Amino acid sequence: MVKTFACSFTATNLDARSGISSIVARLRSLGVPGARVDEVQIALTEAVNNIVEHAYESASPGKVRIRGEVYPEHLWISIQDAGAPYPKGELPEGKPADINVPAENLPEGGFGWFLIRELASQVQYERSEGSNKLSLCFEFKVTSPSAEV
Amino acid sequence: MSLTTTMTDDAQIVKVNADRIDAAMAIQFKEDMRAETESGADRVILDLSEVQFIDSSGLGAIVAAMKQLGGTRKLDLAGLTPMVEKVFRLTRMDTIFDLYGSLSDAIAPAEASS
Repeated sequence: MVKTFACSFTATNLDARSGISSIVARLRSLGVPGARVDEVQIALTEAVNNIVEHAYESASPGKVRIRGEVYPEHLWISIQDAGAPYPKGELPEGKPADINVPAENLPEGGFGWFLIRELASQVQYERSEGSNKLSLCFEFKVTSPSAEV
Repeated sequence: MSLTTTMTDDAQIVKVNADRIDAAMAIQFKEDMRAETESGADRVILDLSEVQFIDSSGLGAIVAAMKQLGGTRKLDLAGLTPMVEKVFRLTRMDTIFDLYGSLSDAIAPAEASS
């Protein structure tokens, strides 16, 4: 059986924080494994930060709408906003930051898309009718030695 | 954002009294760290044991706090909780800083160093 939930909030850092906290609580109550909930929280936070900082950068902050679909073995989270599209309509590649540099040149940002791509098993992006829809999939399967026997 | 400083013989310990360092507070954290570490020991230990969550903005702010110490002073991190440790590990920032499981590990004699 699929369990769904939805929530929306204004695209500000503080509203995003409480919106994401409520989703995290919902995922826990739906029995999503704790380690996965942590990973969803990290990836979802990065995706929403991008909306706050970039999509609504030159407009007053609009809404962020989040929908979740929890299946027995995986979950999808979709994040919708009515802000600017990603440049060229494409998602960032999310390359790992170059850290083999002198300390004074270490990156202070640019980790977000790398984290999203590391943590989500699938990422989809759709731009239609003036809104962005980003969908992230997370598998529940946890690799354990006994599963391989 | 609340930071508390304790001085030991050879290090300044800065404890973060917040359960998260995220986009809403990253800039404040960086500024508070600048004020807190304006002068002091060459070694600064950031006690993160209260921090349950960090995002890339918070991670960037810790990197910035390290850079603003300049070349001769060092920032070590102590007491990383599981999610914070995970973000450091995924971004390989765990290779940039010396990480200690707890504050007492960080201030223990040198053989406990990672």
